[in-house]
Amino acid sequence: MQDSSTIEAQAPVTQKRSRSLINKLMNMSDRSMAWLFIGPTVVILLLINIFPLLWTIYLSFTNYRANQPTRDIEWVGLRNYERLLNSEDIWGYLQVTAHFVCWTMILQTIIGFGLALLLNRNFKGSSFFSTVILIPMMLSPAVVGVFWTYLFQPQTGIMTYIINFFGNFGPVDFIGNVDLAPWGIVLVDTWMWSPYVMLICLAGLKSIPPSLYEAAEVDRASTFRKFWSITLPMVLPFLLLAVLFRFIENFKMFDLVNELTSGGPGSITELASINLKREAFEKWRTGYSSAFAIILFVTVFGAGNIFVKVLNRVKNR
Amino acid sequence: MKGLSTSHSVVAPTAWSKRFAALVVVFYAVVALVPIVWIMLTGFKSPADSISYPPKFIPTLSEVEEKPGEYSPYYQMTLEGYVNLFTSRSRQSKEYLDSLPPPETWYDELVRSRQMVITGASNFSQRYGNSLIIGFGSTFMAIFLGTLAAYGFSRFKVPLKDDLLFFILSTRMMPPIAAAIPIFLMFRATGLADTHAGMVLLYTAVNMGLAVWLLHSFIDEIPREYEEAAMIDGYTRLQAFIKVVLPQATTGIAATAMLCLVFAWNEYAFALLLTSGSAQTAPPFIPTIIGEGGLDWPAVGAGTTLFLIPVMVFTILVRKHLLRGITFGALRK
Repeated sequence: MQDSSTIEAQAPVTQKRSRSLINKLMNMSDRSMAWLFIGPTVVILLLINIFPLLWTIYLSFTNYRANQPTRDIEWVGLRNYERLLNSEDIWGYLQVTAHFVCWTMILQTIIGFGLALLLNRNFKGSSFFSTVILIPMMLSPAVVGVFWTYLFQPQTGIMTYIINFFGNFGPVDFIGNVDLAPWGIVLVDTWMWSPYVMLICLAGLKSIPPSLYEAAEVDRASTFRKFWSITLPMVLPFLLLAVLFRFIENFKMFDLVNELTSGGPGSITELASINLKREAFEKWRTGYSSAFAIILFVTVFGAGNIFVKVLNRVKNR
Repeated sequence: MKGLSTSHSVVAPTAWSKRFAALVVVFYAVVALVPIVWIMLTGFKSPADSISYPPKFIPTLSEVEEKPGEYSPYYQMTLEGYVNLFTSRSRQSKEYLDSLPPPETWYDELVRSRQMVITGASNFSQRYGNSLIIGFGSTFMAIFLGTLAAYGFSRFKVPLKDDLLFFILSTRMMPPIAAAIPIFLMFRATGLADTHAGMVLLYTAVNMGLAVWLLHSFIDEIPREYEEAAMIDGYTRLQAFIKVVLPQATTGIAATAMLCLVFAWNEYAFALLLTSGSAQTAPPFIPTIIGEGGLDWPAVGAGTTLFLIPVMVFTILVRKHLLRGITFGALRK
């Protein structure tokens, strides 16, 4: 009995206190609300982004190895960076990355822009088919890599069957063959990401005012002239945005290629990120790989800066 | 004006060019879907059919008569891949199998016909569950914090606003492997490695860029006058945010949530490096489904199907906001 009476006596007090807290919250100034709203995001950002970045920078000047945590950490200055920039292997991996990035950008631009031009004719069912075409880019890249290895099986895969339909080529090996593997990864990435370029180009095409074409028609401009002087310059900022984003994404490409070829055969398709994973998580050269990570990050960050500038320009049109 | 409306417009595409465009687009769409349909059908093949060459194209429900040395394009659909995906099995001698009581369920029977017995459940359902927990957990966090931050950026004067927004977006641009090195060390030191909490926190941080930018663009579209009117009526700013802005932003919040969920669902690099068992998600697990003699393709096909279908549904649901999603709110239709 005694217990319940004390609870009864306390209840109004706590209620009052919580009500006053709510009142305080409800009546807070704009300034404190701005801090309360943005603060948590900034804290998470500092914790998961900025702090690790600073740590990586520190580690890149040491010889730390994550699999030997008790070993003394030695400050080695710029030695990791020197070793990286003088290593022929690293330039090899960057060349592999460049081949992959350039060809995927070229092919995705052609296919994506082409599809956008066609879809812009607004035929019956065009919006349905544009959604269907978009499906590959929403899938998990790692899982896409896994099932393409099945399609690419040299002895039994459907790719070999399709190619042999057009002539007797024998088993076609997009994963294990030294000449074909670099194109295998380009093919799958293009299949997956052309829709991305298509979607952005389509938005660009839709933003062109029809009055421009009407004026050109009055001037009896040829179809080619209309494309060259109206369509292309108007879509270009959009295309640039798409291509730049593809550059950033493919420069740091890991998941798809790791599942498809995991860098093989040998190191023919070993992209920068895949090499980084080997150095950091298989050979455990944490200091050295931190330096490599910083170099990659600076490159992507630079491209990202341009990306945001283009983004804002497109947005303000 | 009257003349224009009766004659055909000079800018509208002609019927022939429309037909040509439709033909090419439909052809591309069909070709692009072949790989997805193929792996989904492989989930219903038997292991032998999945590696036969020439490949078998036509699924049937009835039994297919096999003549040795003769190719038939038909294969009988079976749930063996799905059974193999969810169970672990061991091969047994014929004498042992004969000594067992008759199989109780259809999947027991299926496995026994392959000279094997089921020894337990596989890890797939647990990994799939992890994907769900981590996906929904991080999406909820990113949307909750992202909505608040987006409103703050949209309505208040924030010092260094543009720099902050750029930094938030740059989380999406960091190469995952580069970020994984210090985060691996951090998680190891704090005991967050291979835990749901750690992965939720990490995916929340990575999704924050998308969430803040997208929601910022959605909230910018809600006229400030709505809140101002509510505040004149006696609402405080917070009340106006909860009762006026949030209901207006529902569509945007839902679309952003789906895109965040798809990202967390699909993520592979962090999951591969930072989880190994209890918090591992499905993407690093699916490639490890191994049968006797290499990958068990029907089981991989089954796992892939179960993993991809939710994303395909979401793609169709958010199709109107996809453009905005992939350009971080810069472009809308």
